[in-house]
Amino acid sequence: MNDVLPAAMVPLESIEAVDQGLGAAGYIASRQISTAIYLAHHLRKPILVEGPAGVGKTELAKSVATWMKLPLIRMQCYEGLDESKALYEWKYGKQLLYTQILKDKINSVIGDADTLAVALNKLHSFGDVFFSHQFLEPRPLLRALEQPGGAVLLIDEIDKSDQEFEAFLLEILSDYQVTIPELGTIGAVVPPIVLLTSNSTRDLGDALKRRCLHLHIGFPDEKLEARIIASRVPGIDGRLLRQLVSFVQQLRALDLKKVPSVSETIDWARVMVLLHAAVLEVDLVRDTLNVLLKFEADVEVANKQIAGLTHKARQDAGVPA
Amino acid sequence: MSGFVAGAPSSSEPLRRFFQVARGAGLRVSAAEGIDAARAVDLVGFDDRALLKDTLALILAKTPEEKDLYDEAFELYFKRDAFAGGAAAADDDEHAAGEAPARGAQAAGDGMGGQGGQSLGSLLESDDRAALAAEMEKAAREAGVENIRYFTQRNLYARRVLDRMGLRALERDMEAMRQTGAPENLGRAQLLEGKVEQLRDAVRDFVERALLLYAKGETEKFREELLKSTRLSNVERRDMERMRVLVRQMAKKLAARYAKTRRRRLRGQLDTRRTLRRNMGWGGVPFITVWKQKRIEKPRVMVLCDVSGSVAAMSGFLLMFLYALNEALSDIRSFAFAGSLIEVSDILEKQPVEQAIAKIMQTIGYGSSNYGNSFADFEDGWMQYVNNKTTVIILGDGRGNRTDPRTDVVARLSQRCKRIIWLNPEYRSAWGTGDSDMYRYAPFCNLVSVCNTLRQLERVITDILEDAA
Repeated sequence: MNDVLPAAMVPLESIEAVDQGLGAAGYIASRQISTAIYLAHHLRKPILVEGPAGVGKTELAKSVATWMKLPLIRMQCYEGLDESKALYEWKYGKQLLYTQILKDKINSVIGDADTLAVALNKLHSFGDVFFSHQFLEPRPLLRALEQPGGAVLLIDEIDKSDQEFEAFLLEILSDYQVTIPELGTIGAVVPPIVLLTSNSTRDLGDALKRRCLHLHIGFPDEKLEARIIASRVPGIDGRLLRQLVSFVQQLRALDLKKVPSVSETIDWARVMVLLHAAVLEVDLVRDTLNVLLKFEADVEVANKQIAGLTHKARQDAGVPA
Repeated sequence: MSGFVAGAPSSSEPLRRFFQVARGAGLRVSAAEGIDAARAVDLVGFDDRALLKDTLALILAKTPEEKDLYDEAFELYFKRDAFAGGAAAADDDEHAAGEAPARGAQAAGDGMGGQGGQSLGSLLESDDRAALAAEMEKAAREAGVENIRYFTQRNLYARRVLDRMGLRALERDMEAMRQTGAPENLGRAQLLEGKVEQLRDAVRDFVERALLLYAKGETEKFREELLKSTRLSNVERRDMERMRVLVRQMAKKLAARYAKTRRRRLRGQLDTRRTLRRNMGWGGVPFITVWKQKRIEKPRVMVLCDVSGSVAAMSGFLLMFLYALNEALSDIRSFAFAGSLIEVSDILEKQPVEQAIAKIMQTIGYGSSNYGNSFADFEDGWMQYVNNKTTVIILGDGRGNRTDPRTDVVARLSQRCKRIIWLNPEYRSAWGTGDSDMYRYAPFCNLVSVCNTLRQLERVITDILEDAA
């Protein structure tokens, strides 16, 4: 990659390049993910990432930012989020303070005016001093547009926000511009790479979906998961890794309230490395199961089958019984 | 990389038809999405089938369910093995998807003209499968195969495709060969005979696939529309699965819209306390005003379902609907009655609705109904849980088999609860006839409505959610 150019100018010339780039940033992407990033860049469209919690939706945005050396601007959505927190706010305090300080100066401006109308006209000629860029507090969305070198904008958990806010996002998502009544329309210096994530707690509007590429990240298969763990937990023994992954994959097939996702597998792998485990032992698994499963009922369900699962995992990894 | 450039007809034509197929499969492909998809395909090309699939999936399929539909449509549409059993078929399959249309365009030049028969003959003889496939594509396009709607049209379209490929001329040629009587000509004719037979099979396959592609969506849509307005008691057993899917779809849509506690702004009423609090930062100067809002709470629902023979089907659907709607309701308790009344919330919560309903029917259903008795049961056991936030839905035909209707219980209930909604699967003209007590109960209900199709059910439930203020 050419480091001299501003990062956003680095051409993502092929899907393989995206693959490698993300890999270098520590994110093992499936082919579909790389394709999405590649298309998002070339078609200038935001990506809507959906999938269960903990499969690396947010991580993807971070990795793209690291790889392309762009600032990551993150906006966490929640119920009640509105323009003043997402886009911009006037610095009321500063405005007040300035009016107080400038009180004395007002006489020199309108001092010789005889009538109110003349005085008003004089004031008008100064324009909207108090509603200018100096008094504007940019919030994440505006900040992302104003980055001179481009940025990665992560709009996290869009499904938690209100429907009105979703509609408000449309302008920025399709045209990379926002309209501030007092200042006019502000366009992006360099269009940011936009990623929206959603846990599907509610259905998003069609208008929003239409403007985005729709990427669904599910649980990775055994091979991919092993690669992800290997990159996230360096120094893990290959055989242990295979056992862990096989175990978790089996666990996902059980009828659980919340199946363990990749982030939990990573945590578990870290625990195993810390405990200097070389092979999966039934007792060890039982003691550390709460890293993988977050509900008491799930732990109970899994507990009954630990012996079988562990045995199978060891077999898969070729560990002698 | 093949050289597909923006706007090249070779790339847009197969895509356009794929969109049509995708729409038929139930995906919503708007014009804008079509343009996006075309741009994306220009970028990645047709060469790599897996890549093409991923790319289009990113743009066209917007939910996990749509992904499945999309996968199916893609596999069906971009499957062009054309001459099955051919040596090159398996390997070239992926290429054929992209190249066939392009070659079709090229072939248009030399394939046309009066010598259709000859060129078809030579194609068959030379066994050029790719060219034949391309020819077939082109002929199919000209014959308008995408307009096929019914399976009875298969032969018609197959014939049209074969004609466009020049089969008639070829048959004439073959006849002429046989007439000459020369052994080499006879041999040639025989060889061609076999090939033509294969061609017929291939075309028939092709047309059948087109039927699957283009007509499936229409038929499905038609059936669903029909089902939505069929009387629920008349729904046939084989349509039950489809009905369940429909109910779930409708409920999901409503749940998405109403699952949150909403606020309605009271116009023009300033919330003084919150305005002052909000403006503390700048010395209480009210830069930002806060207006009073009213919270719209999720409805608490109690459902009383008649499960006696006459209304059983309807009850099943109502319960199915309400339980699929779970997230949009804050609390739901359900009761089933025929001769007497029991609470069935437990059964419904522990089992999937379909099984639960069957179980309820076994426990209590299929008897003759006694409304008065059932209402009295309700008052004894559960009246205390009814408060001014409760919406009571009663589903029944109001036919108590000439027993005491006990309207006094319903009167007391209407005073306690927020409102009573009575859904009656009978037509209005039948109310009050025979043993129907509908008009005796009606004065105590806030809403009495005929409800016997899925569409009416949806409308009533939307109303309940809408003004659950």
